[in-house]
Amino acid sequence: MVPASFYLILSAILFTLGAVGVLIRRNALVMLMSVEMMLNAVNLTLITYSRFLENIDGQIFVLIVMAVAAAEVAVGLAIVVSFVRHKDTTDVDEMDLLKW
Amino acid sequence: MEMVIFGILALAAVAAGVGVIAQRSAVRSALFLLVNFCSLAGLYILLNAQFVAIVQVIIYAGAIVVLFLFVVMLLGMERAEETPDLRRYQWIAGILLAVLLLAGIVWALIPGETETVAALTRTDNVREIGAALLTDFVIPFELASIVLLVAIIGAVVLAKKRLEG
Repeated sequence: MVPASFYLILSAILFTLGAVGVLIRRNALVMLMSVEMMLNAVNLTLITYSRFLENIDGQIFVLIVMAVAAAEVAVGLAIVVSFVRHKDTTDVDEMDLLKW
Repeated sequence: MEMVIFGILALAAVAAGVGVIAQRSAVRSALFLLVNFCSLAGLYILLNAQFVAIVQVIIYAGAIVVLFLFVVMLLGMERAEETPDLRRYQWIAGILLAVLLLAGIVWALIPGETETVAALTRTDNVREIGAALLTDFVIPFELASIVLLVAIIGAVVLAKKRLEG
């Protein structure tokens, strides 16, 4: 049996990769993908604890997180589409309408 | 054995994660994301969460990555790259993959060779999740539908063209 800490370390690595992606990439689409990766890393943690604490609640939480993630992607991509209509780029550095 | 499978899946997940953030092209990032999601689905099966693994493949790999690819293609921000034309070999690769898929499915269903059918009758993961969702967690479960409805309306309103006048 694989120890729980292995899964948790893997989850930490994936979460960090996602965070790095959000920080270093300027393409709005790739940033959204990195956010999805972070959500998935958290899901892995929840499932790991659900397994090792032998409690089903973690898996329920994962299902709710998935619903929220789907909603977030739909709205996020709609914002990207409407932004591209205005500026014709997916570069987040160009998103400065609220700056003054 | 379990350790070996964990190692392979973990390596694939991390490598695909690096691929997502390191690729210059958004299409390739999305495809690496697909690999990442599928290896996580494999890890969920190792963790005895079969239902979540299936949902992971259907929702994340099936719906979310396809949505990403749709938007990347729709926006057309990608510059077309010069790649060698591989279409001549496409049908060979297609047939090989199809045979491999069929062999995998048949092998999983041979009695005695693997214990897919026995394992299916033994697991009660789905029953437990269903019971929990409709008793203790019925309010979050119903609220999720409202979140999704709001997201649908929001996405349509945000992405539709402004009508003139």
